[in-house]
Amino acid sequence: MRHHMCLLAATVALPFLAQPSWANMVYVSNEKGNSVTVVDSQTMEVVKTIDVGQRPRGITISPDGKIVYVCASDDDTVQMIDTSTGEIIGSLPSGPDPELFTLSPDGKTLYIANEDDNLVTVIDVESKGVIAEIPVGVEPEGMGVSPDGKTIVNTSETTNMAHFIDTSTHEITDNVLVDSRPRYAQFKPDGSEVWVSAEIGGTVSVIDNKTRTVTHKITFEIQGLRSEQIQPVGIRISADGKKAYIALGPANRVAVVNTETYTVEKYVLVGQRVWQLAFMPDGKSIISTNGLSNDITFIDTETDEPIKSVTVGQLPWGVAVSPN
Amino acid sequence: MTEISGNISIPTGYSRFGLMQYLVCLKGILIREGLRYLHQRERFISSLVRPLLWLFIFAAGFRQVLGVSIIPPYQTYVLYEVYITPGLCGMILLFSGMQSSLSMVYDREMGNMRTLLVSPFPRWFLLISKLLAGVAVSIVQVYAFLFIAWFWGVKAPPAGYLLTLPALFLAGMMLGALGMLLSSMIKQLENFAGIMNFVIFPMYFASSALYPLWRVQEASPLLYKICLLNPFTYAVELVRFAFYGKIEWMSFIVVCGFTLVFITGAIIAYDPSRGLVIKKQEGGNN
Repeated sequence: MRHHMCLLAATVALPFLAQPSWANMVYVSNEKGNSVTVVDSQTMEVVKTIDVGQRPRGITISPDGKIVYVCASDDDTVQMIDTSTGEIIGSLPSGPDPELFTLSPDGKTLYIANEDDNLVTVIDVESKGVIAEIPVGVEPEGMGVSPDGKTIVNTSETTNMAHFIDTSTHEITDNVLVDSRPRYAQFKPDGSEVWVSAEIGGTVSVIDNKTRTVTHKITFEIQGLRSEQIQPVGIRISADGKKAYIALGPANRVAVVNTETYTVEKYVLVGQRVWQLAFMPDGKSIISTNGLSNDITFIDTETDEPIKSVTVGQLPWGVAVSPN
Repeated sequence: MTEISGNISIPTGYSRFGLMQYLVCLKGILIREGLRYLHQRERFISSLVRPLLWLFIFAAGFRQVLGVSIIPPYQTYVLYEVYITPGLCGMILLFSGMQSSLSMVYDREMGNMRTLLVSPFPRWFLLISKLLAGVAVSIVQVYAFLFIAWFWGVKAPPAGYLLTLPALFLAGMMLGALGMLLSSMIKQLENFAGIMNFVIFPMYFASSALYPLWRVQEASPLLYKICLLNPFTYAVELVRFAFYGKIEWMSFIVVCGFTLVFITGAIIAYDPSRGLVIKKQEGGNN
């Protein structure tokens, strides 16, 4: 009898134990829902919803996949979620109204844009202490870190600049003027370029990291849409550096850009007001958060076709995927 | 047909025919229908142009550049062109089914039908063969349309093109059988315009072919109910789901059910002893 029970227990437990390692968890911050939705990337279904602070926006995950960091903008804090239990295990001092942040490649330092105070706050994750506060332009928003961790780029929405900051001295070394309301900065994986999206300007500026000048400007055109409806926000560049994906906000599309020719190859239709993006660790798909339709869309990066949209919480904003 | 009836030497009773003879008969009818289709090039072109006009012009106006809301079987947002395509496949089947009914009436007027009906094979077999021939032709039209739509950027999953074949066949059978039933009721060729007005257009517009049903429901609950009672809605949904490798069971059952009803109706209508054709012929002069 006992033997049978053991067998039964083993049978029941097996599917859980045998969970394939490539099932990554997708963490989505819901700006209005005040929650983080966890989606299984393999089944593409919601696994769990975690209540967090008010107005969660920026979200990222530690390189080891153990901690998810969420900016709770209206609570003026960065919350830490233990990915194994799904519970909030603490918070980091962030300064007021943190919107977006970036984690250094070694996972030790967090660079936070404080929208209201025109500051970039540098936090030591381990000691939870503020290392530095760097004054930048008005309404800092986008944050990008170079692959070597030596440079961070902050964009200020009102000043319309990309500020290059040396991470060793915590000082601005270069200011590059871009188009109106820069939202996001993303380094190419080889660190040669920084791509900065301008929401109102409707462009993406490509900045050479050596000369710190704008070398290319990418524009978008979608038949049947007014140009004001095309508002580039989130940017992600594939690991091989060949393709860039750009979320176009109320155009409900993600643009696929060839990084050699700087031309748009395709527009992928996703949900309403697409905001941020995140690659799966294997690079085979990319996920977009669609704020107004309350869902995320998985896009196959080989065919650049949308696969499936999954409903998450209210007003999904950012997305982070657990590493392998 | 004369050739085939000529081949059968001793028509003493159809129960003696073997499978081979039945197949020969079926082949004959299929070939005739196919040839008729090929010889009427304008019919081929018009059968293609009609749905393409809808796709290129009508769908362009309703493009909804920001995507159609997600409804099953779609897993994500699609453009209106993608939504309307299964409906246009249904449209081809519907027109084609009615066109066969037209050709039945034509055959009757011209006297060709007598050749068919004097065949010693059972009437039901002849009618079903005719139906199968019509469906085969219309499925060819559907694929020709899908081929062109592919270049217009309307693409379904590759496997969907194969998986939708049985759905197209079933839907085609239902609509073809309906056409056949109607043909037994039409006295003259000229009355075909009535079919256009009273069958094709209402069936096509009051269905899920052009708009998702939730949208119809928002606009008019009555129209929504009419759409739900329209067998064409189920034919379109069956095809739509099949494109994505899914079976919509409700549609499957409804389409099968109506196919049976229409075929039975047509067989009864064409039955020489009690059919409607006899009554019509008494009244008419053909």
